[in-house]
Amino acid sequence: MSVNPAKKHRPLAPAGSALNNKTGAWRTHRPIVDPQLCVGCSLCAKLCPDSCILMKKNPAGKLKAEPDYDYCKGCGLCAAECPVKAIKMVKDY
Amino acid sequence: MASNKHNQFLEGSRAISLTVANIQPDVISAYPITPQTHIVEDLAKFQADGQASYEYLRAESEFAAASIVLGASAAGGRVYSATSSQGLLLMMEVLYNAAGLRLPLVMTIANRAVGAPINIWNDHSDAMAMRDAGWIMLFAENHQEAVDWHVIAYKLAESLNIPVAINVDGFIITHSHENVIIPDKKTIKKYLPAYQPKLGTYLNSQQAITLGGFFTPEHYWQEKRQADADLKKSVNTITKAYRHWKKLLPSPIALKPRFDNGLVEYCGPSQPKTLIIAMGSMSGTIKEALRDQNQVGLLKIRSFRPFPGRDIARFAQHCQQLVIMEKATSSGAYGPLYSDVMAHVPQFKGVSSNHIVGLGGHDISVKIIHNIIKSSRQAGLRFW
Repeated sequence: MSVNPAKKHRPLAPAGSALNNKTGAWRTHRPIVDPQLCVGCSLCAKLCPDSCILMKKNPAGKLKAEPDYDYCKGCGLCAAECPVKAIKMVKDY
Repeated sequence: MASNKHNQFLEGSRAISLTVANIQPDVISAYPITPQTHIVEDLAKFQADGQASYEYLRAESEFAAASIVLGASAAGGRVYSATSSQGLLLMMEVLYNAAGLRLPLVMTIANRAVGAPINIWNDHSDAMAMRDAGWIMLFAENHQEAVDWHVIAYKLAESLNIPVAINVDGFIITHSHENVIIPDKKTIKKYLPAYQPKLGTYLNSQQAITLGGFFTPEHYWQEKRQADADLKKSVNTITKAYRHWKKLLPSPIALKPRFDNGLVEYCGPSQPKTLIIAMGSMSGTIKEALRDQNQVGLLKIRSFRPFPGRDIARFAQHCQQLVIMEKATSSGAYGPLYSDVMAHVPQFKGVSSNHIVGLGGHDISVKIIHNIIKSSRQAGLRFW
């Protein structure tokens, strides 16, 4: 009996295909970051269960939190944990 | 591993563990549970003594053990696990995932009753719980069949991308001694080449892929239809793989059943009035009970999934009484085997009866089998 690899089925997708599913549409509340208050500690980025807070440098070279609204489901964990209360959850509907 | 092509007198668990060691998996993970313990104990010892080169990972539960072998299989390894009863139930979520991800897991199930009431002895309740998970489910009657199925299981799993469960009756097979031939590494290599999946079909950073992605309603049903079609088609592969293997390793007992295609085995007269359908070790007792019966035949089911409906219909439709004996119940309905058999014989005009035997290790004696045959003119479900 020979094995024909072409017949071997497996439900595969290209790497990174989860990006096609923009889960931001599930959100009811949206996190808004106040860049004046944000101290760039990155706690929110580390806590985000969807890894969708990006830490980006502003023109002055300071790290600031930037949520990726394509994928943020609006759980509010970042706002609850922010040590300087720089993130507010606002209605998104 | 110490083994040869000669007949040895071995405990069932020992025979299985020696065979698995000779198959040379990459990763083994299991959690001990009676009556499977001897199998994984032996495999752990072979590795600890430096006689085997697989990785043996100890797990904190059956759920973890199944997840470990699933992960190792997704990373392209040949894997093995074994469990029983409640352990199998704890694995359940992983079992469905393994089948859905089309990973070639191979697992031994030392069949045992499911609690409550707690009971450690043999019946098929645990196996029936995983009936719909999408695995190939094979049943062994004796030690040699158990050994043969393990080698064939890897061939099936790796050529079809479908996980395979080998069911051996707890204690009756796992803890008893019998004559058995253990295939050596050379014989197995001839039949089962080293496992190397194609790059891009498993998790490897050289060619990254997504395995286990999100399927929307549009694609999910198509994937399930594909899995169903592939499992049904595997009947031909099982027959081919079984016949090929039996040419390489003859059976220690010169048994000549009237019909045997790997999926079912038929023993008895060419046109039986009464046909008994059964699975697993009780087939041996039934054969013994049929020695003085010249109008009763036994159809032993070796492969429960895929279900050999076509073969069953061929043997069942012309007899007068159909007797389905099984070691499991589906409370509130007929037994699982009975329901499956009857779904495949719509033309059957005779009397069919469903006999639930051997639950929780309740002895199935020759006398009980004779009484079942005597009562077979009466339809319905009965417990013995």
